[in-house]
Amino acid sequence: MDLVANNLSYKPDDQYHLNEVSFNFKEGNLYTILGRTLSGKTTLLKTIAGLLTPDSGEIEFDGKNFLKIPVWERNVAMVYQQFINYPHLNVFENIAFPLKQRKIDQSIINKKVMDALKSVGLLGYENRKIQELSGGQQQRVSLARSLVKNAKILLLDEPLVNLDYKLREQLRDEFKNLFSKGLADETILIYSTTDPRETMELNGEVIVLDEGKVLQVGPAKEIFENPNSLKVAEISNDPPMNIIEAKISDNQIRFEGIDVEAPAHLSKLTEEGLKIGLRSSDIELNENGHEFEVELAEISGSETLLHLKRGDTKIIVSIEEVLNFKIHDKIKINFKIDRAYAFHADGKLASSPFGGLNG
Amino acid sequence: MNKLYIFLKYFFIVVWTVFVVAPFLWALTTSFKDFQSVNGGVTYIPWVDFEPNLEGWKVLIKSPAKGGVDIIEPYFNSLFVTCTASLISIILGTLSAYALSRYTFKAGFVKNNDITFFFISQRIMPPIVLSIPFFLFLSSINLLDSLTGLIVVYIVLLMPIAVWIMVDFFNKVPREIDETALIDGCNPYQAFIKVVLPNSIPGLIVAGMFCIIFGWIDFFFAFILTFTEVQLLPVKIVALNSSVTPWWSLSASALVSVAPLIIVAFIVERYLSKGNLSGAIK
Repeated sequence: MDLVANNLSYKPDDQYHLNEVSFNFKEGNLYTILGRTLSGKTTLLKTIAGLLTPDSGEIEFDGKNFLKIPVWERNVAMVYQQFINYPHLNVFENIAFPLKQRKIDQSIINKKVMDALKSVGLLGYENRKIQELSGGQQQRVSLARSLVKNAKILLLDEPLVNLDYKLREQLRDEFKNLFSKGLADETILIYSTTDPRETMELNGEVIVLDEGKVLQVGPAKEIFENPNSLKVAEISNDPPMNIIEAKISDNQIRFEGIDVEAPAHLSKLTEEGLKIGLRSSDIELNENGHEFEVELAEISGSETLLHLKRGDTKIIVSIEEVLNFKIHDKIKINFKIDRAYAFHADGKLASSPFGGLNG
Repeated sequence: MNKLYIFLKYFFIVVWTVFVVAPFLWALTTSFKDFQSVNGGVTYIPWVDFEPNLEGWKVLIKSPAKGGVDIIEPYFNSLFVTCTASLISIILGTLSAYALSRYTFKAGFVKNNDITFFFISQRIMPPIVLSIPFFLFLSSINLLDSLTGLIVVYIVLLMPIAVWIMVDFFNKVPREIDETALIDGCNPYQAFIKVVLPNSIPGLIVAGMFCIIFGWIDFFFAFILTFTEVQLLPVKIVALNSSVTPWWSLSASALVSVAPLIIVAFIVERYLSKGNLSGAIK
């Protein structure tokens, strides 16, 4: 049973929320929609659920026109980024709600709800009020409510974004377990997120969305290794990939008075307006390196993010240890240039270290 | 500093309480007094200052022929009109408010906010402006001087309050809750009844309270639109001129007339202080 969309467009005001979006989702697969806030992820999920009607385009599921079927008959499930549950019902009643709606026998409901509670680790909480639960537990309840239905399409709209760091890690692992445990066999799982790391860990098929447009579709590894444009490279890296305006001549990459020997996959690119992309993790501190000035140093977790400047070039470097720097300190760095990407002036990928469009 | 703060806090609470309660106390003691105690200077403590009797209260239920004032019929008229009009206003108002909160209406330049404002604008006009149209309208359908006519007019007056409060309330209930109900298999009517309404009880109570208060205390329309057949309590009480009706029964009738509002206020206060107002919606 495939979920197929053709040229979905939705433009409620002067901006496209969806712009000619097409896809072909197959059952038993996990699809990750990666995009920044306001890129149209939620709109796309709501369109699939039936909560929004696109201005143009078609959605078909199992060969049937999905747009003709109202939400309440579509058999989809959705988890929102805000922890949405029914506040007037307790945990058990919340999870049982979709089953009661289908007039299923009470004893079957009891069993299914208990199974769902067990799979999200909330056994013993069935009589609690929703308001008595923490954010993470509330989100588990709404996940349980969406699992209990055995819906053919499960939509997860940034389900972890409102949780704190630790809970997010923990729940992400549980999600991965759930998804791999056969649940996915006959379900189409669609997961939207802004977080590139989450995308890579879920390791599904990725759809990169920006301003309502699909920029690239492919397995997570492919998106990471060979982003087809500057935009995708920015969206699929956190912190965003550093973009340096450089010139390549005589086998040297030149910018801001620095000469770096070009690696094999970049050496043949000599055009004007070339942009070099380098991940923040592919730059290291090195005594013999090039001098940059510290503009800002932030410590996040066990990582230090350095915002550096040299002339007009600004870059971000992430270092896997906690280091203290003062603003305006001069430090020396080295580029792992064999991991550099090159983009044409129009933003298209020119060459990647993983073999994309070797030029 | 802290002690001064506590002292000032309780000082003002006490002053305010005296200010609010004193008139009631005065009316209460007066209602048990006879002629001599009323005219014998300031007295408050029964059995010490004066000898209490029930004459003032007995008069309330006696028929005018026996020297009473008979407020029982107006009392139940008022209860009936207020409760019926409030109930209908709440039902219609809640439905309108939900539609205004969740769906987009457009007729030329008229949009949702304009419709909401139209409802409220019914309350902006001074009542005197509305009195003549209401009078002509009721007389043309033969409902002057009848309970039904009063109910119709009160619905016009009370429904804007219900719409206004409930639109605001529904706007604070996340749409995602309705959407989740739809996804979970409810059609829009079931989503409203099974999910949205149970989470809107605090709003319904507040709206109901305001409808009952405004319906109960209305004098103007009850006065203009009724003559001899039907009389509502506020009109009746104003008609108890003190030169005819003694002070003690006037006090008793005043207390009886505010009693329902005090009861409503206490119930609502109990309910709201239990923390049920915020419900669950973060």
